[in-house]
Amino acid sequence: MGELIVKNGFVFDPLQGIKGDRMDVGVRDGKIVETNTLKNPKEIDAAGMTVMAGGVDIHAHVVGPKVNVGRLFRPEDKLFKSPLKRCNRMEMGFSVPSTFKTGYDYARMGYVFVNEAAMPPLHSPHVHEEIRDTPIIDNAAMPVFGNNWFTLDYLKNNEIENNAAYTAWLLRATRGFAIKVVNPGGTEAWGWGLNCENIHDTVPYFDITPAKIITGLIETNEFLGLPHSMHLHTNNLGNPGNYTDTLDSLRLAEGYTAKNNFGRDQVMHVTHVQFCSYGGDSWKNIDSQAKTIMDYVNAHDNITIDMGQVTLDETTTMTADGPFEHHLRGLNNLKWANTDVELETAAGVVPYIYSPNVKVSTIQWAVGLELALYSNDLMRTFITTDHPNAGPFTRYPRVIKWLMSRAARDATMKTFKWLDRTIESTTIDSIDRELTLYEIAQMTRAGPAKALGISNTYGGLAPGMDGDIAVYALNPENMPSDPDRIEEAFSRCAYLVKDGVVTARGGEVVTEPAKRTIWVDVKVPENAQVQRDIYEHFLRHYSVGVKNYQLFDEHLHNPRVIEVDTTQ
Amino acid sequence: MKTVTITLVNPPELYLEGQNITPDNVAGKTAAEIATLDVWEGKQKSPLGKYFTVSGNGGATAADTKIVFRGDCTRVKRIGQQMTAGEIVVEGNADMYIGGWMKGGKIHVKGNVDSFCGIGMEGGELIVDGNAGHHLGSSPRGEWRGMQGGLIRVAGDAGNDTATFINGGTIIIGGNADIHVSTHGEGGTVIIKGNAKGRVGGQMVKGDIYVFGTIENPLPGFQRVGEVEQEVAGEKAHFIHHVGDLGERHPIAKGKAVYANLYTRI
Repeated sequence: MGELIVKNGFVFDPLQGIKGDRMDVGVRDGKIVETNTLKNPKEIDAAGMTVMAGGVDIHAHVVGPKVNVGRLFRPEDKLFKSPLKRCNRMEMGFSVPSTFKTGYDYARMGYVFVNEAAMPPLHSPHVHEEIRDTPIIDNAAMPVFGNNWFTLDYLKNNEIENNAAYTAWLLRATRGFAIKVVNPGGTEAWGWGLNCENIHDTVPYFDITPAKIITGLIETNEFLGLPHSMHLHTNNLGNPGNYTDTLDSLRLAEGYTAKNNFGRDQVMHVTHVQFCSYGGDSWKNIDSQAKTIMDYVNAHDNITIDMGQVTLDETTTMTADGPFEHHLRGLNNLKWANTDVELETAAGVVPYIYSPNVKVSTIQWAVGLELALYSNDLMRTFITTDHPNAGPFTRYPRVIKWLMSRAARDATMKTFKWLDRTIESTTIDSIDRELTLYEIAQMTRAGPAKALGISNTYGGLAPGMDGDIAVYALNPENMPSDPDRIEEAFSRCAYLVKDGVVTARGGEVVTEPAKRTIWVDVKVPENAQVQRDIYEHFLRHYSVGVKNYQLFDEHLHNPRVIEVDTTQ
Repeated sequence: MKTVTITLVNPPELYLEGQNITPDNVAGKTAAEIATLDVWEGKQKSPLGKYFTVSGNGGATAADTKIVFRGDCTRVKRIGQQMTAGEIVVEGNADMYIGGWMKGGKIHVKGNVDSFCGIGMEGGELIVDGNAGHHLGSSPRGEWRGMQGGLIRVAGDAGNDTATFINGGTIIIGGNADIHVSTHGEGGTVIIKGNAKGRVGGQMVKGDIYVFGTIENPLPGFQRVGEVEQEVAGEKAHFIHHVGDLGERHPIAKGKAVYANLYTRI
């Protein structure tokens, strides 16, 4: 591995507080180094361009069984959309791209790290095999806990220590990264044909409320001191009037502070908040409550959120929120897949069209942008589209354009069929705020990396961090008057350097450096009761033996382990 | 209108992917330029001139261009795929996907065609003098928006899965149809002058089917509601009117549930 220097770019690195200073960034042997230690580096001329760390995506569904169901049952998503072979491997699909296209497209946008949003523990081998097949980008995957029988049983009896031991075991068994919670209790209740529509709805049989699951998992997470916080998809997601339930969920974090050695400050990450910020009581009078939600988030430092921005595309929804997907297919009558995953979770997949001609879609579009534009702290508010639920990740550059340009928002709003009613039901038209490149760097790199607890490696350009550098053809001193140029620049980065290797140039992938799987290995004291519970559940209830359930090492691709030791 | 004559002189050993041979791609080109259009035999890309001789130049626009295929094109697929205007005449047979996703213009095949012809059609006219294979005027794999518009007229028989997810447009089959007609249909009209085998209108929400002959195995999801006299495809006849598919959802329009209509001649 050689040396490399990215010269004369305008550097934006919120982790170090660098706000567009013209400076050089050096890399040796895959790591950022002080430029004065370089001897004979290869040069990249970034004069007049924007330099950031490689992008970090905190929440996207890119690998695993439900993504694959989406790929399988949407051949039309590929038709006429992938005729050319641009890279080493075939690229297909738009809303649920093939693994290869996923890796390449993230690299084209200058991203290097993607956190898979929901891994059904039983299917972790599939998740890891797809991680292996997704080129370039480093992946982590979060196993889902919010409807897991073990978790429900332990938390019902306030056995945080036992739940922590089980969590540590499951993270190891699945080579998982963090605690994901999807519609806590509701997905399990769906097994009885029910749902948990608010945090006080009791889960049948388990006799526990979502509120208790959420607080229990926060406590478990902080007990263990994991890099990332509890990662929450709230109850009653996607329904008019759900903002009160969302506020109830957010309030559960009150009184908790982060305990970890990874520089993370939040105890709760609430994902795709766009889907959780609706007022009204029906689809007829749905309105935006983004301001209410953001007022709360702005006032509480121990919460981070991501947007889940609707991009007004035809896309494919997929979530571990089984009852929600069932509900959604009743709304749009399209093809539908749902499954229950034994003792753990469920999932569903339904195609969805967010159309500028549909009032609800355009209101959703406004809600997502309002969340970011009302945020006082963009280190706690991140860009996502909940790929592919609200839109494909390849639209991040368009989301950036909307955030950076009022004119771009206006141009999109002009295409809305129900513009008046969208403006009535939202406040998007009254917001003039335009985000800066520094704020975009916070939302797409520094912030997510900090929230994930990986900001010592990703999301910044300090010496010692991974040599991941994205260069965009945008001059902050002379920003283009046409906002479409912003989208273009972020869609096709001028350069992506990953681990010190020039990976993309002029928006095209030129090499495929080795990718990694990031997982968290937690050492906990031996816990005989949990060992016995695991033995018993696998004996009585699982369809597989515990030995076969745990990931075999050959499934794990190029691991990078983050170690947490709770025994000290 | 200018005519380009494309004659198959060197038949492919495998099948030929001819999606580039449309009036849209041929317009504004000379015969020599047309002979350089890409076609694929399996995965091998070759110029069209490897298999065909081309005479005549394209018109200024697609609408101004007519393509005539001579020779045995039984192994040539995707003729006229995604065409928007102009005319294509195939003097003999053609293979699969003829007129797939076409938006306008006219295709006339004087022989038989294979499966998937006229799939995803949005407009224009596809006339087949012989028989058609399966999935005529159907939706592409996975797609829930099938035929949107246009006209397909087959003089002979059609295979199975005609008009799956049909949404608009008209299909007229002169002969018989095999199983599965207008499955999941949400609009459009299918007229079968001969007999249908069965599963006609399964899971249909909206749209019309006329069967002049008999349905060997009618579906139980259709209910007889009366008799009507109508002129259909130039023929006046008495029909029994059924509505269905009662097992499927049915939207309410103006206070009344909308059903698909199935008419069988008395």
